[in-house]
Amino acid sequence: MTLREIAEILEADVVAGSDDLDVTIKNACSADMMSAVLYYHTPDSLLITGLTQPHVIRTAEIAGIKSIVFVLDKKPGADTIELARQKKIPILCTRFCMYTASGKLYEAGLPGCLFK
Amino acid sequence: MDETTEGSFQIIGGNFGNAGEASMQLKSKLTELGVNEAIIRRAAIATFEAEMNVIIYAAAGRLHYYINRDKITIKIDDMGPGIENIELAMQEGYSTAPDWVREMGWGAGMGLPNMKKNSDEFRIDSVVGEGTTIEIVINLS
Repeated sequence: MTLREIAEILEADVVAGSDDLDVTIKNACSADMMSAVLYYHTPDSLLITGLTQPHVIRTAEIAGIKSIVFVLDKKPGADTIELARQKKIPILCTRFCMYTASGKLYEAGLPGCLFK
Repeated sequence: MDETTEGSFQIIGGNFGNAGEASMQLKSKLTELGVNEAIIRRAAIATFEAEMNVIIYAAAGRLHYYINRDKITIKIDDMGPGIENIELAMQEGYSTAPDWVREMGWGAGMGLPNMKKNSDEFRIDSVVGEGTTIEIVINLS
């Protein structure tokens, strides 16, 4: 599934990386605990989270996560957006909650990360 | 890669703004050296978790890495409260992190298990009231 399709399904605003919407996302994980992301992630996946601090971008970069969706209409600060641009990690913002956003993507055919 | 490449970082407790700097620099260094991507990811994750533990729990710490032909060695010493029961701390989900740390997305009790999971050799030594020393070895072949 492309990031463009994900943005459409989640009716999301693209706040960073609008030129990179053709990237393919193979799976996704939903978490607010960054250690859980580092433990359970699969490379090239999408992270769905409610946390918007810059260290979320760093976690994504270290884990090899391709893109991040911020839920509940949370808008990241300028420092987070700037870091995401530098690290070329597109950011989407959706009004849906984590459960609904995950459910919509799963229903559209985007599987979860394979654990362990 | 016949010679040893090394580097070190000072980590200040509570400084979330720079969290991940050491691991990102190590990641760039390993990329420069042409190390396999999966190994780089393991090293970056283990280093990031180690950094976060110093930021969350300690006053300060030092991270030092050595890379040679065979392995990556990462050593972290901190001036922190120490760990009373290492066996318990190594259990997935066990954490002593305060609520404000959890609200930032850390303190899930996965840090030490995650470091071990990504290491080929993992050693931890801690003295309550003095600090904790961790050594992570990741083989390159």
